[in-house]
Amino acid sequence: MNAPVKVQDRFHEVQLESKDYREDLSSFWCPGCGHSGVLTSFLRTLAEIGIKPENLMSISGIGCSSRLPYFVKSYKMHTLHGRAGPVATGAQLARPDLAVVVTGGDGDGFSIGGGHMPHMARKNVNMTYILMDNHVYGLTKGQTSPTSHRVMKGSVTPFGAVEEPLDPIMYMLTYGATFVGQAFAGNVKLASQLIKEGMEHKGFSFINLLSHCPTYNEINTAKVFKADCEKLDVGHDVTDVNVAMQVVQNAKAEGRIPTGLFYRVERPTLDERMAELVTKVGGHKEYDLRKVIDLARP
Amino acid sequence: MKKNDLIIRVGGEGGEGVISVGDFITQACARAGLDVYTFKTFPAEIKGGYAMYQLRASTEPVYNQGDIFDVLCVFNGEAYENNKARLKPGHALVYDCPGDFTPDIPEGVHAYPIPMTQTAKELNNVRAKNMVAMGALSVLFNIPEASLREVLTSKFARKGDAVVQGNLTAFERGQELARALNKTDPWAIGTPKADPNRDVVVMSGNNAIGLGALIAGVEFFSAYPITPATEVAIYVAKHLPKRGGTLIQAEDEIASISQVLGASYAGKKAMTSTSGPGLALMGEMIGMAFMSETPCVIVDVQRGGPSTGLPTKHEQSDLFIAVHGGHGDCGRIVLSVENVQDCVALTVTAFNLAEKYQCPVILMSDGSLAFSTQSIPYPDPASFTIVNRERWDGNGEYNRYKLTDSGISPMVDPGTPGGMHIATGLEHSPKGTPSYAGENHEIMQAKRFNKLKAVVNDVPLTEVDGEGDADIGIITWGGTIGVVREAIQRLRAEGYKVKGFYPKLLHPLPVEQFEDFGKGCKRILLPEVNYLGQLAHFVRAETTLRPESYTICGGLPFTPEMIVKRVKEMLA
Repeated sequence: MNAPVKVQDRFHEVQLESKDYREDLSSFWCPGCGHSGVLTSFLRTLAEIGIKPENLMSISGIGCSSRLPYFVKSYKMHTLHGRAGPVATGAQLARPDLAVVVTGGDGDGFSIGGGHMPHMARKNVNMTYILMDNHVYGLTKGQTSPTSHRVMKGSVTPFGAVEEPLDPIMYMLTYGATFVGQAFAGNVKLASQLIKEGMEHKGFSFINLLSHCPTYNEINTAKVFKADCEKLDVGHDVTDVNVAMQVVQNAKAEGRIPTGLFYRVERPTLDERMAELVTKVGGHKEYDLRKVIDLARP
Repeated sequence: MKKNDLIIRVGGEGGEGVISVGDFITQACARAGLDVYTFKTFPAEIKGGYAMYQLRASTEPVYNQGDIFDVLCVFNGEAYENNKARLKPGHALVYDCPGDFTPDIPEGVHAYPIPMTQTAKELNNVRAKNMVAMGALSVLFNIPEASLREVLTSKFARKGDAVVQGNLTAFERGQELARALNKTDPWAIGTPKADPNRDVVVMSGNNAIGLGALIAGVEFFSAYPITPATEVAIYVAKHLPKRGGTLIQAEDEIASISQVLGASYAGKKAMTSTSGPGLALMGEMIGMAFMSETPCVIVDVQRGGPSTGLPTKHEQSDLFIAVHGGHGDCGRIVLSVENVQDCVALTVTAFNLAEKYQCPVILMSDGSLAFSTQSIPYPDPASFTIVNRERWDGNGEYNRYKLTDSGISPMVDPGTPGGMHIATGLEHSPKGTPSYAGENHEIMQAKRFNKLKAVVNDVPLTEVDGEGDADIGIITWGGTIGVVREAIQRLRAEGYKVKGFYPKLLHPLPVEQFEDFGKGCKRILLPEVNYLGQLAHFVRAETTLRPESYTICGGLPFTPEMIVKRVKEMLA
């Protein structure tokens, strides 16, 4: 039996420019939105890995960031709030030979969709999850999100947020994602490099892109993100989760936002394990069902 | 007195082999050529608790679990206490003696004490208590012995000769003990008619749904464990890898239906199975399936609700949520099964309709049917028609939601050059581009709903049981159909003018067929196992019929006798 085609085998099949992957649809985002930087980085990555547009499935949930697939030439699904992850999991398992990229926001991924995050990570679904983390709900006009700073005033928190934010990076390291990185969305070079490595990575890659919201977030501005983001020393052992966690925690303790690649390990993907199962039982599409039905004869 | 139709109930402590005895007798009867229908209740406890297995075997077709047992076999005092109120003069009672209880046997009951526990102990095989009981039952009630031996031998074969022999010895001891008794009751299983062409399988409703899915060509299955639906996933998990397919256990029901949609978009036939609480969670994604025209099959094995409700009990109370669950004006197809044979056939139909109409299809079963085993004709996979979604031919520009006469727009699998598009929950133009224009919304809603008008033509005509005019027409759905079939036979035998109407397509409701049935009936009775009268509500809303509801929600199905009684009261 031939080894199944993995999406990573299908890179470098075409030579296109990043503009060739851009759908002819005008931008949805406010002028100066960090999400435009994410789109630029993503399109650049697609050109670099040379994937045919029809071999990409771009899947999102609901929110400002979840509009991104509309601007990318690909097969795509614009699903429900918080559900991009499981929809993408189903699509990826159905077609392991196609690239699957999820884009979504901090509210979409870590509030309403928070219950799905650990399972994509631990199951090691072979796809890339790009969190466009602007620490605020934009589409509903300015409420605090699970990553908002505690002091942030939102429309539903006029006296300031009363909750501590969660850290998507520590979360993903804890739940077993096999590729974890972070960048400032305005740093297209680092962001596109991480997306590229994430897509090349066989397994669940999580990339947090800190993306400023010029309309509803006055705290985490582009200027602040840029000043606080410090690229991590690439010297640390990216295969040791404890070291990765320590590096991230140390940087945070010093008031810096760590960026770069924190963690990358290889482990069998969910679709590989499913394929193994089929091989183990000698499964094939033409298997005679009468053998199954005969088991129910009295 | 009934002839050739016997109902045996076996009760005892969970783990004592009650279920095995029931299964063995059921298999043996089916093997010998009898029609079988079983009904079980499981203890809510993980271990121990009262377990009950009722089996009905007949030389004639059986449609339900029957009114009440003819023979009660109890392994302990708890089982006796649970059933003693139902023991009536003429019934036979087989009980463990000496056991943990001394029954105060009602007058007229034929009692047969059998030292089940003691004999098993004497044989140094305490686990074989149930085999002693089975041996006694076989002699007392003419259960086909040769078949019973074959079933016993083949079921224990993988545990080795010693286990087979140990159980056979206990079985034979039970037979000897029964032969020494003086049989006073009239009960015996009839001798099956010889039919050389008879070819049957014995399956539970849940397994049959799994088999139907395999026959339909399911390629992707995702589910979350929930009583009483889990066995569907268990069956599919065992066999789907043989067909190269994928089954995944999701983190919750929202994830399972989401994964199903993702897989279906990616070109695979996909399904999930759940019960009411899971169906409630799936509502939003069912809306997305309708809006984005993504085929999917959702099996709902109903249980007692609302909320956590009565997880292990029988109820038909999810019709409202199946038909209207979710927000906005949201279409779907709802099918409902009567019996195990339907579980196979209508699951295939559900896939065919989902593929053809590109919409969610909900298949409704229930907690009794889930575990009921029945003998059904061998379901030859080649005898089923399989429908696959219409796919784009690759010519011209591709518009995913192209307006067509049928309302059905060809789909395309990801990876196909030229077919790129977005599947979105936002209202969209025929091309798939988001559009909030009022006029477009009207056009697209009409497209999605109009296509469903043809569904009625793809489902067999609703069965009408009986001819001519009737004083009472009985409409019902799901497992209650089998109960009504028998009630109507009995009523007719007594000269009553009654007819039955057994819809399996519950949404869109085949309104004209309802109207036609109603024309010949003076009054209409609609029994269903829920509090609100859910099907009656839809019949009143969508047809000119005015059914009289008969609802129960005590955790058990109707019996034929209950329907007979109600009809007689109506006509008194």
